[in-house]
Amino acid sequence: MAIGQISTVKDGKRVIVKKPELLAPAGNLEKLKIAIRYGADAVYIGGQEFGLRSNADNFSIEEMREGVEFARQYGAKIYVTTNIYAHNENMDGLEEYLQDIEDAGVTGIIVADPLIIETCKRVAPQLEVHLSTQQSVTNWKAVQFWKEEGLDRVVLARETSHEEIKQIKENVDVEIESFIHGAMCISYSGRCVLSNHMTARDSNRGGCCQSCRWDYDLMKQTEDQNDSDIPLFSEDDAPFAMSPKDLNLILSIPKMIDIGIDCLKIEGRMKSIHYVATVVSVYRKIIDAYCEDPDNFEVKKEWLEELDKCANRDTAPAFYEGVPGYQEQMYGNHSKKTKYAFAGLVLDFDAETNIATIQQRNHFKPGDNIEFFGPDIKGFSQVAGTIWDEDGNEIDAARHPLQIVKMKIDHPVFPYNMMRKELK
Amino acid sequence: MKKPELLVTPTCVADIDRLSKAGADAFLVGEEHFGLRLAGEFKREDVQEAIKLAHERNKKIYVAMNALFHNDRVEDLADYVTFLNKAGADAIVFGDPAVLMTVKEVAPDMRLHWNTETTGTNWYTCNYWGRKGAKRAVLAREINLDAVLETKEHAEIEIEVQIHGMTCMFQSKRMLIGNYYRYQGKDLKVERQGKDESLYLYDPERDNRYPIFEDENGTHIMSPNDICMIDELDELLDAEIDSFKIDGILKSPEYLEKVVSLYRKAIDAYAEDPDQYDEMKDDLYAEIEGIQPKNRRLDTGFFFKETVY
Repeated sequence: MAIGQISTVKDGKRVIVKKPELLAPAGNLEKLKIAIRYGADAVYIGGQEFGLRSNADNFSIEEMREGVEFARQYGAKIYVTTNIYAHNENMDGLEEYLQDIEDAGVTGIIVADPLIIETCKRVAPQLEVHLSTQQSVTNWKAVQFWKEEGLDRVVLARETSHEEIKQIKENVDVEIESFIHGAMCISYSGRCVLSNHMTARDSNRGGCCQSCRWDYDLMKQTEDQNDSDIPLFSEDDAPFAMSPKDLNLILSIPKMIDIGIDCLKIEGRMKSIHYVATVVSVYRKIIDAYCEDPDNFEVKKEWLEELDKCANRDTAPAFYEGVPGYQEQMYGNHSKKTKYAFAGLVLDFDAETNIATIQQRNHFKPGDNIEFFGPDIKGFSQVAGTIWDEDGNEIDAARHPLQIVKMKIDHPVFPYNMMRKELK
Repeated sequence: MKKPELLVTPTCVADIDRLSKAGADAFLVGEEHFGLRLAGEFKREDVQEAIKLAHERNKKIYVAMNALFHNDRVEDLADYVTFLNKAGADAIVFGDPAVLMTVKEVAPDMRLHWNTETTGTNWYTCNYWGRKGAKRAVLAREINLDAVLETKEHAEIEIEVQIHGMTCMFQSKRMLIGNYYRYQGKDLKVERQGKDESLYLYDPERDNRYPIFEDENGTHIMSPNDICMIDELDELLDAEIDSFKIDGILKSPEYLEKVVSLYRKAIDAYAEDPDQYDEMKDDLYAEIEGIQPKNRRLDTGFFFKETVY
């Protein structure tokens, strides 16, 4: 079987006809709306049960309904993660929950446990069923199995490479979703219970405490019961760590589109609206630019710089470009400071006075270097001028979280545009 | 009372005889190209020899094919399944559905046991794999005794439970020990850190030691304590759990022989008279405690522990 048609020639120019879906995380309604406004074709959200981020905000059925209505205006889809490995005690309420999700108008669910797959097919047949990365599907034959089981889409293991995904697309005719950006498990997903052992929190039911990101001492055991064991590195060395750099496949997007991957997924239901907006908008631009003119496509430096503005960890292409080595892990002190901070969300703009109403998200003051970005403007930077509070009193700084302030802006902006400030 | 099968992972072919004499009913063997975290490496001729020895003693040999297979190894599955079928293996243990599909294609009569280690967490899913062709499900180690018993009650296929030894907590495809060495600039000294090296991660906060090793399947991190249920077998025996597994990974043949013989005693005593078992169980526990290897404390795993999420 060959990969289906990806491109065609139109007016003498090749264009991509099979554009992948850009799928973004949304931890709550605000993030959902931001992700869709900034260019996501679909978002995935967690409900209040059966999902894997038990400490994310998560959506009530009512909020799902509101999300669906919002998404519909943009032609976007919503998927709900129900990807726990259920225990017997979790079976209660599953049927009603799936029916409620279906009734809310959600497009599909993302599932790992066959219990939930089959229950969904039985009680909520309108829902698409996508196999979660928690199943760690790593080969075409397993993909074939799940296709025959009636799954609409398979989210591959994070351990699969470009070549492997290409073979999977060549061998099996089912939708394939693959991660392109964000944090990753360093273990095969679904096969790690460190958290269960170390803190009695069940990683496969949303309780993961990320024990893999702690530091450990690597020791060699001596044979004799009475001899002390040998630390393999000294106190001056960075301790043993298993922290992977975050995934970043910005340079691989053209290759991913060429082999017909159906959906490109961004990780991060716990991330801020600024993160979601930045990452979604950059990938949106890349996908659109490549699909419009693949033969003359080049990755723009500004896209890479833009993406870096929301990064708080180093990134790497991980398994997509081969098995990662030590350069794709982090040891010792590895905090990374971005040069920018999310400072405000635009609520309104008066075109006559050029004054924007801004909701404060981080301290800023006159004289700060600030920049605006959003789906409907070309980003620009300026120096912050006079700031007024809601009542028109001049203030020396916007210091309070969610404070509403006004400021004169160089170019028109729109509600939901974002403002960053450069950190000194 | 129906006695459970006593299953053990032997370290080498020679273990088959001694562990059979000690009272094992079945053995799980295999090679790392197809199976995960085995006590010993059994190449094809070893598997053939093990099957011969076991069958002469009226014991069973199961072969592990429970790795997470990438495309390159999928090509090897059919040949190996065909070999195992011809060699007379009593069952294949799988986690990846690619193995299930292959077995249906090339050896449809081969018995299948489903074992992903961590995802056998409810009875519905066990029965699901039963409908797909598995005759047995191996339960996740992270569920408690009540959940085990409830699962057995609802199960339409055999249920296997690990009652002794180390369990796996983590598998990464990355070479995490090698990466750490290379990061430290010591890559010339070691290329791979196998099970023989006795490495562990020390967690000072919990004073726990987690064995860690690398092989063809990546990096594996194991539990800090050994499960030991020898004095808590009543309910599992009453429930007629089909198979009790003793994991032999990172243990010596002598240790395994002793442990198998003690569990044999416990099961037989209970079958004869539960009171007899009650009287001896503390001594059995003490005997195991007396031969525990360095750094290996005993506990009851998750049988009596709740997890939250």
